[in-house]
Amino acid sequence: MAMIAIIDYNAGNLTSVKRALDYLGLDSTVSADPRVLRSAERLIFPGVGHATSAMTTLRERGLDLVLETAFTAGTPILGICLGTQIILSRSEEGDTPCLGIIEGNVPRFKLTDPALKIPHMGWDSVRLVRQHPVLRDIKPGDEFYFVHSFYPQPSDPAAVIGLGDYEIEFPAIIGRNNLIALQFHPEKSASAGLGILKNFSTWDGGAC
Amino acid sequence: MLSKRIIACLDVRDGNLAKSVKFVDTKDIGDPVAAAKRYYEEGIDELVFYDITASSDKRNIMIDTVSAVAAQVFIPFSVGGGLRTVEDCTAVRLAGAEKVNVNTAAVANPRIIAQTAALLGSQAVVLSMDVLRTGVGARTPSGYEIVTHGGRTRTGLDALAWAREGEKLGAGELVVNSIDADGTRDGYEITLTRMIAEGVRIPVIASGGGGNPDHLYEVLTAGRADAALVASILHYKEYTVREIKLALRKRGLKVRLAE
Repeated sequence: MAMIAIIDYNAGNLTSVKRALDYLGLDSTVSADPRVLRSAERLIFPGVGHATSAMTTLRERGLDLVLETAFTAGTPILGICLGTQIILSRSEEGDTPCLGIIEGNVPRFKLTDPALKIPHMGWDSVRLVRQHPVLRDIKPGDEFYFVHSFYPQPSDPAAVIGLGDYEIEFPAIIGRNNLIALQFHPEKSASAGLGILKNFSTWDGGAC
Repeated sequence: MLSKRIIACLDVRDGNLAKSVKFVDTKDIGDPVAAAKRYYEEGIDELVFYDITASSDKRNIMIDTVSAVAAQVFIPFSVGGGLRTVEDCTAVRLAGAEKVNVNTAAVANPRIIAQTAALLGSQAVVLSMDVLRTGVGARTPSGYEIVTHGGRTRTGLDALAWAREGEKLGAGELVVNSIDADGTRDGYEITLTRMIAEGVRIPVIASGGGGNPDHLYEVLTAGRADAALVASILHYKEYTVREIKLALRKRGLKVRLAE
């Protein structure tokens, strides 16, 4: 049994996440098999791509149910990028109904400054609004690699853990119970990102 | 607010690191994987590998290099040079590159931009343009022309028009490489970079001519670039990544400093 299972739903950066875990010496597997995913100690839900096609693939493979069950069972879950967005109830991208594990929606950036480009792509900092065991090594000034045009907006402000700033403040890290989800890519964020993956590997799913 | 990105460019020939000067003489100066690791540890924001291998039967060496880098370097990097088809692009992505870099192939067949963007997403497609200053003419109203094959072939394409066409086709970023400035270390082509950056809504990476941190500062401010490519000043150890970034931060730019 692999300690960490990376959920395979044809969504881009799976191998990058796997490589980062390998580098850290963490046992992991990439799988679309509900049985493998159910037996994992923890799940990573990554993703790059379009919300509509991601949801279609998840449902076809029965992985939406796997995620919901794992969440209810208390399995530690880490969302990344598109994975983070489709955890919410609905995405503006293709007006797509999503998983709804955290209530809220996923709006597109609407910026007034013409010099600011969409997607928000590159290195940026995150301001933590509350502490979290997975984020305990983040220091002020640490930066993370973002690539996104949409951002997660939970209905309940208590689900927001960290904020990014791109003309507006937007939730960059969200979470609820045993789920933590990042809008940026820890697997492409050098040592600051690898630190998050390492801490996730020992997180029991509990709060601070 | 996003940090300005500093991107190290590594020209790779037959698996070895090379640096071209005015795209004519190239001489191998080391191991690309070791160099990538060193720049990563110094805090480089991104890497670009250009495969300048001449013979196609040695192309698989590049895939091995990409895999070796991806196993040790956890920042985005792109691969360009010799990518002719969507399949070529997919192969380097699978080997671990975040982005693919198309140049000559896109001039010959612009649809490769749209096809690759449809498959991998625009964020994974970088259009690299080699640009020659020609002066304003009937075919080149911007005063700059796109060239290919390392600058040896004129295309007749206007640089600004091509940049906008690339954006429309789905490129997620543009590398604007000045043939005139490349290898000179006299500074980036500010006029060109600014014109392109103000003419598109996607990030622009300035390339060619970076010789010291002040050059980077100029192109990232007056030149309106989102990122700057550096090569020889790192490869010949004239500056470390950290030294460049400290100098930029001292002048007020937001840059990421690794520990």
